Amino acid sequence: MPDDPLLILEGVERVFGGGRKLLGGHAPSVHAVQDLSLRIRRGETLGVVGESGCGKTTVARMIVGLDHPTGGAVTLDGTPLSDLGQKALARRIQYVFQDPIASLNPRKTIRKSLEAPLRHLLGLDAEARAARLESLLAAVNLAPEFLDRYPHEFSGGQAQRIGIARALAAEPALLVLDEPVSALDVSVQAQVLTLLDDLKDRFGLTYVFISHDLSVVETISDRVAVMYFGRVVEIGPSRQVFGAPRHPYTHLLLRSAPAPGKKSQVPEDANTELPDPYNPPPGCAFRARCPRATDLCATDRPKLDATPHTSACHHPHLPEDDRPRRPNS
Amino acid sequence: MTEAAAAQAPKPNRKSTGTGWFALLSRNHLALAGLVVVVVIVILALAAPLLPLADPNATAPADRLLRPGEGGHLLGTDALGRDILSRLLWGTRVSLAVGLSATVLAAVAGSLIGLVAGYAGGRVDNWLMRGIDMIMAFPYILLALAIVAALGPGLLNALYAISVVNIPFFARNIRGITLGLSRREFVDAARLSGQSHTRIVLSEVLPNVLPVIVITMSTTVGWMILETAGLSFLGLGAQPPQADLGSMLGEGRKILFTAPFVSIIPGLMILVLVMAINLLGDGIRDVLDPRLKSGALSRPVARTAIRRDSAPADRRHLPAVLEVQDLQTQFHVKRRVYRAVGGVDLHLAPGECLGLVGESGSGKSVTAMSIMGLVPTPPGRIVGGAAWLNGADLFGMSDEQIRRLRGAAVSHVFQDPLSTLHPLYRVGDQVIEALRAHAPLTHRAARDRALDLLRLVRIPNPEERMAAYPHELSGGMRQRVCIAMGLANDPEVLIADEPTTALDVTVQAQILSLMDRLRQERDAAILFITHDFGVVSAICDRVAVMYAGRIVETGTTADILAQPLHPYTDRLIACVPVLGQPDRPLAAIPGRPPSVDALPPGCAFAARCPRAQPVCSAREIAFETVAPGRAVRCLFPLEPSNAG
Repeated sequence: MPDDPLLILEGVERVFGGGRKLLGGHAPSVHAVQDLSLRIRRGETLGVVGESGCGKTTVARMIVGLDHPTGGAVTLDGTPLSDLGQKALARRIQYVFQDPIASLNPRKTIRKSLEAPLRHLLGLDAEARAARLESLLAAVNLAPEFLDRYPHEFSGGQAQRIGIARALAAEPALLVLDEPVSALDVSVQAQVLTLLDDLKDRFGLTYVFISHDLSVVETISDRVAVMYFGRVVEIGPSRQVFGAPRHPYTHLLLRSAPAPGKKSQVPEDANTELPDPYNPPPGCAFRARCPRATDLCATDRPKLDATPHTSACHHPHLPEDDRPRRPNS
Repeated sequence: MTEAAAAQAPKPNRKSTGTGWFALLSRNHLALAGLVVVVVIVILALAAPLLPLADPNATAPADRLLRPGEGGHLLGTDALGRDILSRLLWGTRVSLAVGLSATVLAAVAGSLIGLVAGYAGGRVDNWLMRGIDMIMAFPYILLALAIVAALGPGLLNALYAISVVNIPFFARNIRGITLGLSRREFVDAARLSGQSHTRIVLSEVLPNVLPVIVITMSTTVGWMILETAGLSFLGLGAQPPQADLGSMLGEGRKILFTAPFVSIIPGLMILVLVMAINLLGDGIRDVLDPRLKSGALSRPVARTAIRRDSAPADRRHLPAVLEVQDLQTQFHVKRRVYRAVGGVDLHLAPGECLGLVGESGSGKSVTAMSIMGLVPTPPGRIVGGAAWLNGADLFGMSDEQIRRLRGAAVSHVFQDPLSTLHPLYRVGDQVIEALRAHAPLTHRAARDRALDLLRLVRIPNPEERMAAYPHELSGGMRQRVCIAMGLANDPEVLIADEPTTALDVTVQAQILSLMDRLRQERDAAILFITHDFGVVSAICDRVAVMYAGRIVETGTTADILAQPLHPYTDRLIACVPVLGQPDRPLAAIPGRPPSVDALPPGCAFAARCPRAQPVCSAREIAFETVAPGRAVRCLFPLEPSNAG
């Protein structure tokens, strides 16, 4: 795939807290995202995996403009997001929420919820809106009767289709999907994943797909970024990251993920605590859990390089190392 | 999947609006009485100009202080000879108007402040709410007096004063609700739809806050009327000769001993009016408050009601520590009957782990909760079947016997450890409590046992962690504490309901390893509920697959995964992506599971099944044993050759 970036994140940082207190001094601050650089290519699906608290949702919210970085820059097609207005941004980038029912106003019909972007972002008149609503619902396989119902009347899968329809309403180029299938039952999850695949081809979309579920990310992504403690620790083409992971953390994730026909091989008393976010350690944040850690890791923070498959590790697993045993292979 | 999903006919389920608000209100007799009184008084007050009343302000010194009934004055006359009945109705009219207007004024201003503060947050919130705090720092009557003193006495100024004094009440209430609402996802979604902040506040947040505003108004109107009367009583509200309830009371005060009726009559009116409005307000609150609507007032009993017409005679699997036969659990909600569990058979040998697999709504959790009678009653009840623990019939036991077994011989581990653990007690004390509830241990002995248990579940620094509160531990550590509590009394059966679903994968893997080791070391049987075949593979010996309240297939984990016989099992395995097989096509199951209050006849999966024939929906389908330990509920099971 040619390197044709649609969205570029350059050294993005998000610090929460840290404001001045009333009686002097500074409130403690948390680095949710640190020095994060990503190039999202036109037409690709970039998977972002990581465990709770790793900063993946913060990244998602910064991409769609619901949150703003405290450092670094995000540019869309060469224009910094801060120069685009909220509306101009919303026409290009849309968001699909994790909890489909909570993302719909309980006191509004689906028609009203879906009409909002058509009216406020595209400025369509009533007639054009009606036509567009029909085609949107058809795109996500919902019957038009659903329009005049309220969110509580829908199952999770149906509500998530509505959430996707709303995101598509303004004809965006990029969809940020934040755990879009985690709240759904497995049989419905497959329906939504298939739909997303289909929509991407049909509308030429680019996806940023955020999930903690490795198997889902592996199925849907072209490239994968693995996040740990606010930073990307490994990024590369999906096949390579899952097939020949380099960072010890990616190894641990893959070994831990359950799969049919696989017995767990993870020691039960490993230390799983994340480092203290108020007092981040110097060097590599993963070193306390890392079997390969050396003194170097305690002092020097490893960096990603510019190669297509790269990991932020001083002692990465290289292709000739034993690969993790894959299930069913 | 495309056609199937589009074809899902929307069901006419407008169930939540089944009972109107009036029907709900009229169930509350006190509120209904309040409503009647309020309506009568309002009609009388409104009709005052039309009724054949004397002029309320016409003085007649000759007729002063006539007792009620004298001289054609039904309620007598006051010190200036004015007709009290007339003044009462005209005065009520004024009091009502002022009270209501003040309420509306305070509601509009207060709600606006609350909405803006809650939505904007940060500095705006801080400034607005500190302003509100300043208003609240004055005793309310003092503040009202100060405002009236500044503006000068008069009904309108009294109205302003009372409104201002009550603004904080609304502002604080509404701000709290708005604060919660504006962090919700639908507000983010509205922002991404290009709506301006003003529009979001007015069209997204306000409709959700409106019930709270109405509740607050209905509970303050009475108070406002009282305050208006108070100011008028002090001579700061209605000015002579205008009548309102407070000023009538004030005028009567001077002659309380010579002509008590002059002050008693308006006093009674205030009492009746405010009382009625408050009763009505409470009723309105009960109707509108979603927490009360969802059954917060109904109190479930300690154990699920058991209403069995017949019970299975005897056990079939003798070495089993736990055996369940033909368990049927239903929920009766209004006129609907939800058959959550429709005849489930299970058995667990010592040290065995049985996986109960199914999607949400398949009845797997209700099955597990039914065993120890943990399904809330009302609305749940067990209507058939039996469960034996070591040969003792659990459904035939007394409540006290069940209580002794809970957490001892049979213990539970739930999905969310944060809501299972008590937030205000240290985790060590909670483990100790679990121990001492069932064994007569001294505190010191229990503490030592608790430490051993925390060590057993591999909690680092158990001595320190004993003193931690649940929120100070990570999700994985909390679940370890829950498992320690579950193991506290050497249970024979551990019922684990999705114990790892809320955890991260690395933590999940550790908890699964831990549970696997513990059951082997301690010979405890585990009933493991999950929706994930990957998790099943990690820990379960056997699997039972549930669909729409029934088990559709059972067998060893290896057999089920290699050769599913029931089409549902097959499709369920096929629709989940498997790590390491990114190219495997995902075969989604079309449609949705049936609702358990309207189960189809015959096979519940028939509508979604590729192998279904008309006969599948014709009659009950038996759970047939096809090989030792292997059974399936299907007329056309997959052949071993074309499965998988």
